[in-house]
Amino acid sequence: MKKRLWRIIIGGLIFVSALIIKPNIEWIQPAMFAVGYLVVGGDVVLRAVKNIAHGKVFDENFLMGIATIGAFCIGKFPEGVEVMLFYQIGELFQSYAVDKSRKSIASLMDIRPDYANVKKGEELVRTDPDEVNIGDVIVIKAGERIPLDSKVIEGNSMIDTSALTGESVPREVDAGCELLSGCININGVITAEVTKQFGESTVSKILDLVENASSKKSDSEKFITKFAKYYTPIVVIIALILAVLPPLVFSGATFSDWLFRALTFLVVSCPCALVISIPLSFFGGIGGASRSGILVKGSNYLEALAQTEIVVFDKTGTLTKGVFNVQEIHAEGISKEELLELTAYAESYSNHPISLSLKRAYGKEIDNERISNVEEISGHGVSAIVSGKRVFAGNIKLMKKMDIPCYEGDLTGTVVHTAVDDHYAGYIVIADEIKEDAAQAIRELKAAGIRQIVMLTGDNKSVGEKVAKELRLDKVYAELLPADKVEKLEELFSEKSTKGKLAFVGDGINDAPVLARADIGIAMGGLGSDAAIEAADIVIMTDEPSKIATAMKISQKTLSIAHQNIAFAIGIKVIVLLLSAFGFASMQAAIFADVGVTILAVLNAFRALSVKNC
Amino acid sequence: MKNTFKLEGLDCANCAAKMEAAIKKLDGVSSATVNFMTTKMVIEAEDDKMSRILEAAERIIKKIEPDVRLKKA
Repeated sequence: MKKRLWRIIIGGLIFVSALIIKPNIEWIQPAMFAVGYLVVGGDVVLRAVKNIAHGKVFDENFLMGIATIGAFCIGKFPEGVEVMLFYQIGELFQSYAVDKSRKSIASLMDIRPDYANVKKGEELVRTDPDEVNIGDVIVIKAGERIPLDSKVIEGNSMIDTSALTGESVPREVDAGCELLSGCININGVITAEVTKQFGESTVSKILDLVENASSKKSDSEKFITKFAKYYTPIVVIIALILAVLPPLVFSGATFSDWLFRALTFLVVSCPCALVISIPLSFFGGIGGASRSGILVKGSNYLEALAQTEIVVFDKTGTLTKGVFNVQEIHAEGISKEELLELTAYAESYSNHPISLSLKRAYGKEIDNERISNVEEISGHGVSAIVSGKRVFAGNIKLMKKMDIPCYEGDLTGTVVHTAVDDHYAGYIVIADEIKEDAAQAIRELKAAGIRQIVMLTGDNKSVGEKVAKELRLDKVYAELLPADKVEKLEELFSEKSTKGKLAFVGDGINDAPVLARADIGIAMGGLGSDAAIEAADIVIMTDEPSKIATAMKISQKTLSIAHQNIAFAIGIKVIVLLLSAFGFASMQAAIFADVGVTILAVLNAFRALSVKNC
Repeated sequence: MKNTFKLEGLDCANCAAKMEAAIKKLDGVSSATVNFMTTKMVIEAEDDKMSRILEAAERIIKKIEPDVRLKKA
């Protein structure tokens, strides 16, 4: 690049001095132009000749060579040099811009660990992460990147996961915790046992995914590839016709004038602006998204996301936390604490999520001495003797069966009624909690132009409807079996327009068929879950549904940048082609339409990398 | 079998697209990508044809952009 810069400066000086000095010996000025030309553009001509020898004709070098040598031939020396000069300056800027964006993409993906400190006896050996085996013990010091997925044996520390999740709040880890490669150890020293080979570790998987995402091309990219294939030959053919036909047909037309117009055509004939900037926009969008903890598996999915009309959510684990908690305790005749204690004891033999949440809410150790005669009443609940009292705990059917009058009003969630010594003692409501950012996610999706937001759930109707009402969802289908979910999805497909897309958001655990059937399958909570990463097209690394709105904004921004670039580049090129066909455009305008447009388009594409405003 | 290379000095996006298209057409190649931004080339092909394919791919690359150097990644 430096060499190129010097050549441009020296060649430029020769060119300018030739213009200023105006030597009185006739041949000196053209000779100076020729020298300047060779200094500036000799390499272009050389490459053109080489390429022709290889049987490759229509490349940039050839076009620029022909255009400038052509200008020389018809006596337009300054134009010839000028075009080459501008072209080289443009190329310089262009490779600078490309270099810059390559670097910022590389820094986006700079989560690859360079080494691992492997413990060998008492010694620590710096090793390439690739050469570390499962079971090896590694030491991660403060400030170092976790090299491989591993499990903490000793030490505790705060871990910065932001490179993987976009989440800035550090996580605390101590012995027994899983460590994910790519995260940074903030303060303590941790000793850990490696659980996965480097190639299988989270960091490799993420990098692999992001780097290969560009192989799944978006429609915009496919259009550009096709466009480029036809554009250059067509422009060159028109240039040829322009040079030959008018001088033959029109009496007043001079050959050199039309040749000059044809040469201008050739300068504009490279589709580079488009070919660079469109994939760059998508790449930037995907890179930026991965920085915020959103993995997009292909440009096509990023593009589809912007066209989404219907978003279908799974309930449990997606909009709700998937953890059942005691929400309400209503005691009659005894204290709340007593009710919870007796119910927790009665249910203590079961491992059902409901029993577990009761035990969690009770919070104390269960003393097995206090409980006897536990009897499960299938489909109803349980009966047991707790501290000498006969306790029934179960659903409304159990109370009816035992002829105990109980509260029968509307309650959402799973309700456990309890009776003590045949007297109704009250009920406990257990329900899943809605995620903190779920409402915000739905609001933002609506604002981003989603027409319909639907929730599918296997849970009962009243629970489903309560969540839907609270989150202001458009539709909810409850009490669905896994197979019904695919069927409902099929129904929803008919409600979108032909170009619109349908996205399904699930936790990736048992909704693989639905994820696959949707236009875009989005899995949540991907960090550490291989299943979710495998099944989905887009993976949200954290548990936050609001990231879907972020992904959508990134997608819309990326797409609008890509479209701006397509319109801008093709527009300018066509205008300059028309102007030059009628003799209104100078060579300089043509150079701008080639290199200038490329630079501007690359700079515009650059914006896709930043996701701050999303 | 999958092979990844770094294409140092890859300077022209259109050329990268042309390389990709040409390498894809080689006999035995199941997938090929040339990524202009990361300057990475990934070729996936049948094991026994790999060495021949890599030679052919290198010729294609040199023909389209003579200044590119291939480096195993």
